[in-house]
Amino acid sequence: MATQVYILLGTRKGAFVLESDRDRTDWSLRGPFCDAWPINHVITDPRTGAIHAAGGNAWFGPAVWTSRDLGATWTHASEGMTYGEGEEPIVAAWSLATSGDRLYAGVQPAGLFASNDGGKGWEHVAGLRAHPSREKWTPGAGGLILHSLVPHPTDENQIWVAISAAGVFHTADGGATWAPRNTGTRCDFLPEGQRYPEFGQCVHCLVMAAGRPDLLYQQNHCGMYRSADGGRNWQSVEDGLPSSFGFPAAVHPRDPSTLYLFPLNGAIEGRYVPEGKAAVWRTRDGGESWQAMRQGLPQRDAYFGVLRQAMATDTLEPAGVYAGTNTGSLYASADEGETWTEIAQHLPPIHSVETLVRA
Amino acid sequence: MTQPPEVRVTLPAALLALFPGCPAQHRLRADTVEGVVYALDAAWPGMRARLCDGRPALRQHIAVYVGEERATLDTTVPPGADLSIMTAISGG
Repeated sequence: MATQVYILLGTRKGAFVLESDRDRTDWSLRGPFCDAWPINHVITDPRTGAIHAAGGNAWFGPAVWTSRDLGATWTHASEGMTYGEGEEPIVAAWSLATSGDRLYAGVQPAGLFASNDGGKGWEHVAGLRAHPSREKWTPGAGGLILHSLVPHPTDENQIWVAISAAGVFHTADGGATWAPRNTGTRCDFLPEGQRYPEFGQCVHCLVMAAGRPDLLYQQNHCGMYRSADGGRNWQSVEDGLPSSFGFPAAVHPRDPSTLYLFPLNGAIEGRYVPEGKAAVWRTRDGGESWQAMRQGLPQRDAYFGVLRQAMATDTLEPAGVYAGTNTGSLYASADEGETWTEIAQHLPPIHSVETLVRA
Repeated sequence: MTQPPEVRVTLPAALLALFPGCPAQHRLRADTVEGVVYALDAAWPGMRARLCDGRPALRQHIAVYVGEERATLDTTVPPGADLSIMTAISGG
């Protein structure tokens, strides 16, 4: 069977699936799925092939939608996705990841749930919200959300999560206990002298390098960082970028030193591409230096951004890179970011982009 | 033990879309709004989670009327009552 490439989009008005052969030049689009609910993240479970979509609807609350036929039919479930009687209601599911047989969902207000049956039933991973810092977690502009879920690729007991704005937390015991992992990341929004707290950072996106579970990158509200020790210590790698502010980060599928960013002009400057000219910025040396990749991206009058979960790579050689804008365009590169093509437009604001390659 | 009285329940289109095959009109036995929700969930598993949050309470943008009165989960439903479950304009 010929190789097919799928791009899974979560948008403000449902999930979409784009499909192409391995040339990645001719894409077809299907959707909107999930009854046009706001969908924050769409992934595939590599074990089952199912597509899972996390979202929340103002009328009907949070749910994880599941399709076992590449989007043709869908079911929805949220049984158990609650903090219990008298507690704050859950608004939406925001992030998904698989680890072994488990499917995890990060939610708003920030917390973590796990499913052992492919998304039908959920149980609260209560250890995270039991952390003593929880009373002081404060929401970012998007709400108090658990947006980044990074399981260890071989040790199912280890997971890193990122919460806006509580910071990065890590568990080594399957979620029973958690430790903040924020040393070296700053909070410019706090008074002078208090800008390196133990927690409370506004992490925008946390990702793990290919084949290097100890090597993490994070785009923060206040800077771009790399950690070579699983998040215990972070170093700034923002020199050479046009701005320290942006939302997404996407790792290369094989090279742990290659990373893609989409810097914006700044937190208080409008949050669009600098000078109205769009660029994906790439490092090949773990953030020591950065190059702007502009060919095929609009170079005038562009006032969009790319949200925190809306950039991804595929696993082909050369790797494809994809960036979905908050104005409903999807840009794709089939050559590791060198050149770009707009492969979809006029979609709802794109919340998330993930890929699937099937041989 | 006496059975709860029969009531008539009307569901909104946006909810029906989530439960393929579910009719808009139901006759079921319950004496509170919460009882109605549990009866609906027994017939259409998962429906309670769409209508109620974990506190538990009706979701913020779900409006339930017993006759002409806006109701909560605790509201009593008199025998033969018409109960309408609506998606509030604030939630669209």
